[in-house]
Amino acid sequence: MAHIDLPVELTGPRGPMTLRPETAIPLSELAEVLLRGPSTLTMAERELIGTYVSSENDCRYCQTIHGAVAARYLGGDEELVRSVKRNFLSAEVSPKLKALLNIAGKVQQSGKSVTHEDVQRARNQGATDLEIHDTVLIAASFCMMNRYVDGLAAWTPENDDFYRERAVQLADQGYLGSVAR
Amino acid sequence: MAHITLPEGLPGIIGLMAFRPEVAAPMRELSEFLLRGPNSLTSAEREIIATYTSSQNGCYFCQMGHGAAAAHHLGGNLELIDQVKRDFQTAPISSKLKALLAIAGHVQKGGKHVTPEDIERARQMGATDLEIHDTVLIAAAFCMYNRYVDGLATSAPRGPEAYLAMGARLAEQGYANSATTAAVESTV
Repeated sequence: MAHIDLPVELTGPRGPMTLRPETAIPLSELAEVLLRGPSTLTMAERELIGTYVSSENDCRYCQTIHGAVAARYLGGDEELVRSVKRNFLSAEVSPKLKALLNIAGKVQQSGKSVTHEDVQRARNQGATDLEIHDTVLIAASFCMMNRYVDGLAAWTPENDDFYRERAVQLADQGYLGSVAR
Repeated sequence: MAHITLPEGLPGIIGLMAFRPEVAAPMRELSEFLLRGPNSLTSAEREIIATYTSSQNGCYFCQMGHGAAAAHHLGGNLELIDQVKRDFQTAPISSKLKALLAIAGHVQKGGKHVTPEDIERARQMGATDLEIHDTVLIAAAFCMYNRYVDGLATSAPRGPEAYLAMGARLAEQGYANSATTAAVESTV
C-alpha cells in the first residue's frame, strides 16, 4: 500500500504525479527530452542507462518498465536487457555504451564517485561531452524517479505482461501522454 | 576542473544549464514550483529540506547555495542552517519539520528506506499527504541535482560569503527564468 492516499488505478510515478500536476509537467518533459529528444545516443541506449540505474537502485517499477521500453526498441530482445542488468561488461553492447554505463553506475553511488579516468575511458571509446553529460543526467534523474516511486511506495504491479503492454504505449507515444499544458 | 568543457565562469549547476538549455528549462520549472510555489510548507522549510539532503549527499555547491537561500528567507539566520545540517533533531525547528527531515534523510539513502512509521510520525506532527509528497520529491530531486553537479565535477566557490548574494537572489527572484540565472551569474 502506498504511503499516502493515491489514485488506485495508476501505476508507478503516475499515482503521485496526479497529486501534483505542477511538478508532473516538468518531470515528464525532462524524461521526454533526455530519453527521446534529439541525441547521438539511440533511444534504446538511453533506456538501457535508465534501466541499469533503476536496477542498481533496486526500483522494481522503473527497471521493469524502462527495461520493457528498451526491449521494445531492440526488437523484443529482453535477454539483452537482462544481461545489462546482470553484468553490462559481458553484455552484447558497444564498448562506448559499457563506458557510459560505468559512469552511470558511479553516479548511482554518488556524484563524487565519477573519476577523470571513468570519463577518459568513455572518451577513448568515442563518447562526446554531450553524451557524457546526458549519461550523468539520465543516471541522476533516475536516482530521483526511483526515490519518488519507492519513497512513496507507489503501486508496482507484479505481472510482467502489464509492463510489456505499458511499454508499447510509452515507446509509441513517449512520456508526455499523461500531462497537458 | 570539470569533467566536460563548460562555459567559463559559471559554477555548479549554472554552467550545466548553459551547456544544455533543453534540459535546464524543465529542471528550473521543477525547482521553482517545489521550492517557491504555493504550498503549506514555507519556502524556508522547503529550502532547509533541500539543503539537508544536499549536505547528506556531500554536495558543496547545492548545500551552500540553498542554505544561503533558506537563511535569506529566515532573515539571514545561517546559524540555524548549520544546526540543521549538524543534527536537525536538536535544532530549534518545528516537530513537523523534524519528522519531514527524517523522511528526506531516508529518501537520500534510497526510496525503500522510508517506512510507514516515518510517515505516521510526520502525520502525527500535522503533516498532510501533500506535504509528505512534496518532501519526498524535494529530497529525490536534490538526489538528482547533487549527482548532476558533482558527477560532472563542476566548480564551486569556497566559503559561505560567496553564496550570500546567490541565496538572496534565489530566495527573492527564484529559479524560473534565465534572467535570474544571469543575475546569479554576475555575482559569482
